[in-house]
Amino acid sequence: MVTDIGLIALSIAFLFASYATIASAYGGWARRPAWVESARNASLIVFPFLTISVLMVVYSLYTLDFSLAYVYDVSSTAMSPFLRVTALWGGQNGSVLFWAWIMAGFVAVVLLRKWEHDRELMPYVIATSMLTTAFFIGVVLFITNPFQRLWYVQGATDLLKAVFPPANAMPYAASDGGGLNPLLRHFGMIAHPPTTYIGFTGFVIPFSFAIAALITGQSKGDSWIRSTRRWSLVAWIFLSIGLILGGRWAYDVLGWGGFWGWDPVENAMLMPWLTGTAFLHSVMMTEKRGMLKKWNMVLIILTYSLSLFGTFITRTGVVSSVHAFSKSALGPAFFVFIGVTFLGAVMLLYWRWNTLSSEHSLESLLSRETGYVLQNMLFLAITFAVLWGTVFPMFSELITGTKITVGPPYFERVTGPLFFALLILMGVVPGLAWRKQVARNLGKMLWVPFAASVVIAVGWGYLHRMHPASIFGLWLVGFVLSSIVAEFWKGVRARCASRGENPVQALVHLVGRNHRRYGGYIIHLGVILIALGVIGDSFFKLNTQGTVAPGQELTIGDYQLKLNGMRAYSGSDGREITESDLLVFENGRQVSEIQPRQDYFTVQQQPVSVPGVYATAGKDVYVLLVGWELNGDTIKDATFKIYVNSLIDWVWIGGLVMILGTIIGMWSGPEGKEASYVFKPNLVPAIPLPQEA
Amino acid sequence: MRLDLKQRLVLALMIALAGFFTFAVVYAQGGGPAFPTDDDVNRVAQKLYCPVCPNTPLDVCETQACKDWRAQIKDELSQGWSEQRIIDYFVAQYGQRVLAEPQRSGFTSLVWLLPVISALLGLWIVYEILKGWRKSRRAYQPAPGPRVAIPPEVLERIERELRETD
Repeated sequence: MVTDIGLIALSIAFLFASYATIASAYGGWARRPAWVESARNASLIVFPFLTISVLMVVYSLYTLDFSLAYVYDVSSTAMSPFLRVTALWGGQNGSVLFWAWIMAGFVAVVLLRKWEHDRELMPYVIATSMLTTAFFIGVVLFITNPFQRLWYVQGATDLLKAVFPPANAMPYAASDGGGLNPLLRHFGMIAHPPTTYIGFTGFVIPFSFAIAALITGQSKGDSWIRSTRRWSLVAWIFLSIGLILGGRWAYDVLGWGGFWGWDPVENAMLMPWLTGTAFLHSVMMTEKRGMLKKWNMVLIILTYSLSLFGTFITRTGVVSSVHAFSKSALGPAFFVFIGVTFLGAVMLLYWRWNTLSSEHSLESLLSRETGYVLQNMLFLAITFAVLWGTVFPMFSELITGTKITVGPPYFERVTGPLFFALLILMGVVPGLAWRKQVARNLGKMLWVPFAASVVIAVGWGYLHRMHPASIFGLWLVGFVLSSIVAEFWKGVRARCASRGENPVQALVHLVGRNHRRYGGYIIHLGVILIALGVIGDSFFKLNTQGTVAPGQELTIGDYQLKLNGMRAYSGSDGREITESDLLVFENGRQVSEIQPRQDYFTVQQQPVSVPGVYATAGKDVYVLLVGWELNGDTIKDATFKIYVNSLIDWVWIGGLVMILGTIIGMWSGPEGKEASYVFKPNLVPAIPLPQEA
Repeated sequence: MRLDLKQRLVLALMIALAGFFTFAVVYAQGGGPAFPTDDDVNRVAQKLYCPVCPNTPLDVCETQACKDWRAQIKDELSQGWSEQRIIDYFVAQYGQRVLAEPQRSGFTSLVWLLPVISALLGLWIVYEILKGWRKSRRAYQPAPGPRVAIPPEVLERIERELRETD
């Protein structure tokens, strides 16, 4: 019954989404507002129907209806009710439905707000976004249906999965299921898919507006950018949170002492983030100067296509093996859809190319405009390097038949210098004026941050290990950090002088009066803190592995770890836990006690290492229990892998700062009107000024 | 044969030295951990990828197969194999996919080459864009505007507001 309701709701949602796509496109083309209105109503109805469908899957997971193939795959009696619900996005079929549901939600919210401003654009916004939604619902309905049941055919070795009964089949209900992949039972992995999906699907809004602007010819102006600025920011920040949560999950669960491994699945998320970040910057220049219009289009088309591509990679497993592509209809369906989306958008762009010229010219090479073009190009170059490294194993397998691996050394070496260049721009460009910058003034503005950063880097290099690249990296972090602080300082000082405010008041009012600008600086601050963490992780990491008997010590850097004892017990969710107890000493003084352990999931027969971590703002001592030997009933010795990760916690702190900056930047405040003010210096002044005699 | 004092002294010294060296060698063997340590093994293993699990470096992979491979590396190191010889052996056994870093020769050199070419191409595009924008400026020469005299108090206000917004 529950399954039938879910299936029917899903089918109705698919019909409405398909209808909305066609009706809105026709209404826009034939200029028939009634059709557009009808398409809008149909789009709004998709979301509630998908919600019913999602609720039915959740209900089946919660009540453990093992006659459903999806429930059988990802849920089990040993799992807590909370984990059973989160299993909605723990497997293939559920997560595609979840994707479609979030996208439909986004579109519904956009259609519910006032859209008088965008009346021209709306038919095609609906058509583009609903086409994508219809595609995803179609995939759920016809390929990865979570309402497939289990069927037993006499004589067959495997159970069949199908929505409708196959010939000679009997319904089958298992007594228990496989359960969620043990590696996914972590708060980072529970929160990571929803945030990532919100990020991925969120970009459908700016993309649909861009396509609509191209079709209607409104791409010449920048109203589509203004209408979607906040949507782009929402998508971007969720993608950022998703990236950071994914990193935190890898750090806590995967057991290799790091947070970023340049895995194809990670890269799939990083690429739309890179182009999306470039897009957010690029549109600013269009708002201020009417330039970079072609870039905006290229960047949003890339961002959206890469979001789809990311879903394609993660959902089909095509990168780890080309053969995964043909295993289900999912690969080819996605491939065709991404191709159609990308080529269609590029053709539209080509058609409107000449309407997207700059409204202004470049007055000086030393100007903010140059900085923006360079940053766009750097973001694209990094994206290309990541994309190329990610898909190269596929090409290699297809062309030469040899499987190869493109691992972290490639990505670090190729993107490292480009990221360094990007950070330098981040320190310099905010100091550049639009149109033209007098070199002497730039020098005046930057010499203090520059001197401060040199002192920081040299001081650090003198005190710590002399690794040239790390000192250069720290100089860079110091430089960008102090140039951001200098921006705040300048604003605060001006307010203190002109209005007699105290520094705290001045800071609050400064940020309050220009959310976008200072929110942006705070985001930059978060990025530079993350960069600090990455530098610590790349250059100051220590690791060792050793075996000790109880009472013995292992030494790494300034730390000693003494094995105090071990114990074994049964934990929740069907796991057998072997836990060690280690005393952590720093230069002979005990600072902490940690319990690295290994959880063995009996149903899945899978061990999961849970690290013991002693974390401080400067360093993490990160210990994994990798093995042990018993002497009868007592423990003989245990083997540990130990990492000392310097500065790694700044990655998480930087992430929080970025979220704070984005919230400030999105806040609509008193500057709402000011923000829509367009700086067009080439226009003749509207107010007549007294003529000189 | 009788030894004189000088000869006896030399002999005593030589015996003492030999004893010292013997002791030193024995002490060194007992004091430090025996080669190869787990860290030596991991140093080689981190340059390799697990031949069976997708995208997992060999030094962190916890499957039984990978543990066996690490034990094999340990054996080979203790037999005096060089790091390169072990890596070559793994490539010969399991193919190029065990290399964390693609080879810089043959088909896989493309993976290194293309990003460099694209970055150079990107720089050239930036140059062309900036040149285009400069050219459009030269083509567009605005007529000289009327000279205006701005009252000092207005100038001062503009300056002040500029300082605040900057």
